Amino acid sequence: MKLGTVLPDQTRKDVERRLQRGGIDFGGFVFRLALVSCLVFALLVLLVLVADVFDRGFGVLTDRGLDFLSAPLRTRADEAGIFQSLRGTFWIGVFVVALAFPFGIGAAIYLEEYAPDNRLTRLIDVNIRNLAGVPSVVYGILGFSIFVKAADGFFPGSVGDHAGKTTAAAGVTLAVLVLPIVIITSAEAIRAVPREIREASYGVGATQWDTIRTNVLPYAAPGILTGTLLSLARALGEAAPLILVGAVQGRLGSRTGFFEPEQLSEQFTAMPITITDWATKPANSGFVENTAAAIIVLLVVVLLANAVAILLRNRFENKRAGR
Amino acid sequence: MQITKEQRVDETSAMIDDIEVREDPRASEIVLETRDLDVYYGAFRAVRDVGLRIRANEITAMIGPSGCGKSTVLRCFNRMNDLIESARVEGEVRYHDVDLYGDKIDAVEVRRRIGMVFQKPNPFPKSIFDNVAYGPRVAGQRRGLDDLVERSLQRAALWDEVKDRLKDSALGLSGGQQQRLCIARALAVDPDVLLMDEPCSALDPIATGRIEELMQEIKHDYTIVIVTHNMQQAARVSDRTAFFTAEVNEESDRRTGLLVEYDRTQNIFSNPSDGRTEAYVTGRFG
Ligand SMILES: Nc1ncnc2c1ncn2[C@@H]1O[C@H](COP(=O)(O)OP(=O)(O)OP(=O)(O)O)[C@@H](O)[C@H]1O
Ligand SMILES: [Mg+2]
Repeated sequence: MKLGTVLPDQTRKDVERRLQRGGIDFGGFVFRLALVSCLVFALLVLLVLVADVFDRGFGVLTDRGLDFLSAPLRTRADEAGIFQSLRGTFWIGVFVVALAFPFGIGAAIYLEEYAPDNRLTRLIDVNIRNLAGVPSVVYGILGFSIFVKAADGFFPGSVGDHAGKTTAAAGVTLAVLVLPIVIITSAEAIRAVPREIREASYGVGATQWDTIRTNVLPYAAPGILTGTLLSLARALGEAAPLILVGAVQGRLGSRTGFFEPEQLSEQFTAMPITITDWATKPANSGFVENTAAAIIVLLVVVLLANAVAILLRNRFENKRAGR
Repeated sequence: MQITKEQRVDETSAMIDDIEVREDPRASEIVLETRDLDVYYGAFRAVRDVGLRIRANEITAMIGPSGCGKSTVLRCFNRMNDLIESARVEGEVRYHDVDLYGDKIDAVEVRRRIGMVFQKPNPFPKSIFDNVAYGPRVAGQRRGLDDLVERSLQRAALWDEVKDRLKDSALGLSGGQQQRLCIARALAVDPDVLLMDEPCSALDPIATGRIEELMQEIKHDYTIVIVTHNMQQAARVSDRTAFFTAEVNEESDRRTGLLVEYDRTQNIFSNPSDGRTEAYVTGRFG
């Protein structure tokens, strides 16, 4: 028999030789190299951009410190600050959190858990996806023709050309802009909840509401959170729709304080607007540096929102994984 | 020849009567009964004409080849099929002679009385305590949970292993422990019937043995229906056995499940009256 005729150590050598890889995998190596260069290229572009911005703007922030944040918009670069812009961006964020999050998550829960799986539901689903792809200017037009008019009626104090072009109108517009994104990401997170968990819950006599509240939502929370906070970051960076809703470029009074809700019925501006406005000023006016500094501030705000998202997500994920 | 629905009903009930005649007159009360049960997934009829009577304080085993509809029938007993949008049930499922699919029946109330243990252990990503307390909590119970959790875990033969770590996540338990936890969770709502869908298929022989012991211990208080692919298990633990199989029929090219034979376990394994049953239990089929 074959086994008997082969000496054990010969067999071992034979096996060893066969198991050891011969030569290098050239195709695989090239492919890996290509992938790494894609990554390096993407990172490099980003790095150059950020480095450039920091190079120009960091000086302004270190020289003027908090003054840059608390000074109002002015015509002289070394006096101008971003107080009103930060305030506008803050309130827009408040609107997104207060409107887009609850309505979006609520709609997602309905679509995933309650809506019957029929043609109408699927039609709605597809259209929400389409809405998420609609250019943001279109939402600006919507904001201008609906929310600005509505705000005009809602805040009778404001008059003239500026009537209705308020922080409230801008906030609602951007909340509506990100609403489809919130719905889609939340619905996806809810859909990813394993069937076994739902069955376990129903199996011991839980109602649908019990199941959603105590199992589906906690399980989907990390996904919902990531999606919603990314959409917040998106809203804070939008400029185009704000221009249509009447964001002020240039001077803007600063009568109300940062956190005072009276701001809602007044004219507004926001970080992206100020950045685009300043970016078009002459090269030696000092506003180039201010622009970069404002970009740094906006980046920090957005990164903070993302950091919160990541922290919360990790907490929920750890809880879900039982750590 | 065309077989009408009535004729089939007659045949089914004749078969059931047959069993009644042979069994002792002290047989316990009927807890669950199906009459002409058909289950569809969309247009596909997964099982047809199932007539079963499940008796109190007995363990009833459901055996048969994969895809013959055991899980499908089991999930009709606590309306778990409601969760599958395409599933549709025809015929009757009666619990203490009440039609479970009647107009005014609330599936949530059904599931509080008829609990379920699934094939794959499915603990919630919560603490061991919260897993067991979940059912009572959603039923509105707030007091006495500590005692209830302890009792349920003891019944499921898990208490000694977890009593010092009730606050730990249930996901840290082994597969066998998780399955016993799922049993404890089902017992905590104090159901009348316990449905078990291949509860031991992911477990080693030791854990399987413990769960079988447990079933014997608790059957005096509960009625148990167990689906299993393990013939020895069915023979060991059950009082009655239902053998299902799947056959092609004229209305579709997919195989529809049906109940072949239902009898005392002893008879099914040693003296089956249907050739298909004999072939299956002796391992010559499926
Ligand atoms: N959710 C579903 N949608 C469509 N068809 C299904 C669904 N669940 C089961 N079926 C079909 O119904 C038939 C019976 O399935 P079922 O799961 O009840 O079989 P089973 O006897 O439990 O099999 P197994 O022993 O493998 O668990 C199969 O043909 C299966 O493909
Ligand atoms: Mg099954």
